[in-house]
Amino acid sequence: MLSLYVYFTLATLLIGFGAYGVWRGPELLRRILALNIMGAGIFLLMVTLAYRPVLQGEPADSVLHALVLTGLVVAVSATAFALALLGRILQKGKA
Amino acid sequence: MSWLDGLSWFLLLLGLVFFIAGSLGLLRFPDQFSRLHAVTKADTLGLGLVVLGLSIQSSWRETLLMLLIWLLVMCSGAVSCQLLARFSRDAADAEPLISHQEPGQTANSTSPASAPVTKRAE
Amino acid sequence: MGLLLFDLVLATVVLLLAGTAIFSRNLTHAVMLFMAFGVMMALAWARLAAPDLALAEAAIGAGLTGALCFTALVRQPAALDSKVATSLLPICFVALITAALLFSVWQIPVSPNPALSHEVSVALPQSGVAHPVTAVLLNFRSWDTLLELLVLLLALLGAQQAQSSLTLYAGWSLSLSWSRLLSPLIILLTGYLLWRGAAAPGGAFQAGALLASGLVVLRLNQQLTWLSWQNPWVRLAALSGLLVFVLTGLFSLLWSSSRLWLEWPTAYAGAVILGIESFATLAIAVTLTLLVVGEPTEERADA
Repeated sequence: MLSLYVYFTLATLLIGFGAYGVWRGPELLRRILALNIMGAGIFLLMVTLAYRPVLQGEPADSVLHALVLTGLVVAVSATAFALALLGRILQKGKA
Repeated sequence: MSWLDGLSWFLLLLGLVFFIAGSLGLLRFPDQFSRLHAVTKADTLGLGLVVLGLSIQSSWRETLLMLLIWLLVMCSGAVSCQLLARFSRDAADAEPLISHQEPGQTANSTSPASAPVTKRAE
Repeated sequence: MGLLLFDLVLATVVLLLAGTAIFSRNLTHAVMLFMAFGVMMALAWARLAAPDLALAEAAIGAGLTGALCFTALVRQPAALDSKVATSLLPICFVALITAALLFSVWQIPVSPNPALSHEVSVALPQSGVAHPVTAVLLNFRSWDTLLELLVLLLALLGAQQAQSSLTLYAGWSLSLSWSRLLSPLIILLTGYLLWRGAAAPGGAFQAGALLASGLVVLRLNQQLTWLSWQNPWVRLAALSGLLVFVLTGLFSLLWSSSRLWLEWPTAYAGAVILGIESFATLAIAVTLTLLVVGEPTEERADA
């Protein structure tokens, strides 16, 4: 029961940290990392919501798990695309 | 049965002590090589002790799986330790740091890597 | 009590890693802390009864993201000693938003609304698989998975357009032979995860991510030189997941008894899902590998 609130708080704080990093990050790479941390916070919020039935002795919510699983793969592909764009920007800056 | 449990707990705690020692070494040791030395060796031994401690309390199938995990972690720990040590040696040879150079220049700076390994990493 | 202690320790570690990754002065440190953050998140998924996510995160967060971020780090200019600007107004603003969010999240009732998971468990026998997450991904909400494969493909195409040159380091015999030794094990595990996905945690995403991390390790050691976008077979493999998915959907629309888009007949559902998942695994693995490694110019391996 209390664990639920621990993870709710953790998810919210991750979202807050990530938001600040995205806003004020000194390098673009840092902002991409911060965006990922923010995303992890949102995933954590969803998985904590899916965990609630376990406290009542039922299996966890599989719909939310499936959504987060899709989200993980989309997040990594978006990160890869962002990093490719970043590489391009840095190359332009040097040339 | 109880003395077996006691032995298992003793091994688990001993493994934890090695883990803590390795982590302390990683944080406190002065240079790359001694840090690698601390973290890879102590962690391998710590994991081995934890596996041993857990295998007393589990079935033979789980024990086999844990042994396989230990073997994999040990081998990849050794390989990655060698890789890191090698990289930091080359980076120390070729100032400034390799990772901050142009892609074109890195090709030259890694050429000392082809020299035979004289310094041992562990 | 013990579990609560574990939760508190895990939450503190995750929060510290995230905070230091964002506020660290050194970008290299930030990237390493972020990788450790990924591993800890995998632990959190395992704790929160989500083994599917833990498997995927362990392969993606600990393996692929690390390789991605280091690749990006190599390209960074030398000025690395930077400081996150801590001005008062943004901090107050973000803190206010976070506090409001925290307040509203704490209002969420602890007892869940069971309607949706109840429907899943009722429809599970008709889905062709026994594991609810796989059933949701490939039967009940197969649109999601279809579009996700499309997103992966679009990301790959975009990254191919924006590609910049990168030199691979020369391979080294010890890491080379170790990666060769690992590759049959990774293929075996991929097949196992794919097959087990029907009844237990596992499935196309986890298997694809695992296979991709194996391929990336081999590729970084300058093996598998055929694995590049220039190769038409590799393009076909990257497309195959989406292609098979759409063809199966069309087939179900035109010829099956239900005449519904992406609706599998119960008798064949298990086989259909396994077929789609196999090709999706291949496509995810190839796409992620190409996304992470790109088209490097190769350096000759030293002995």
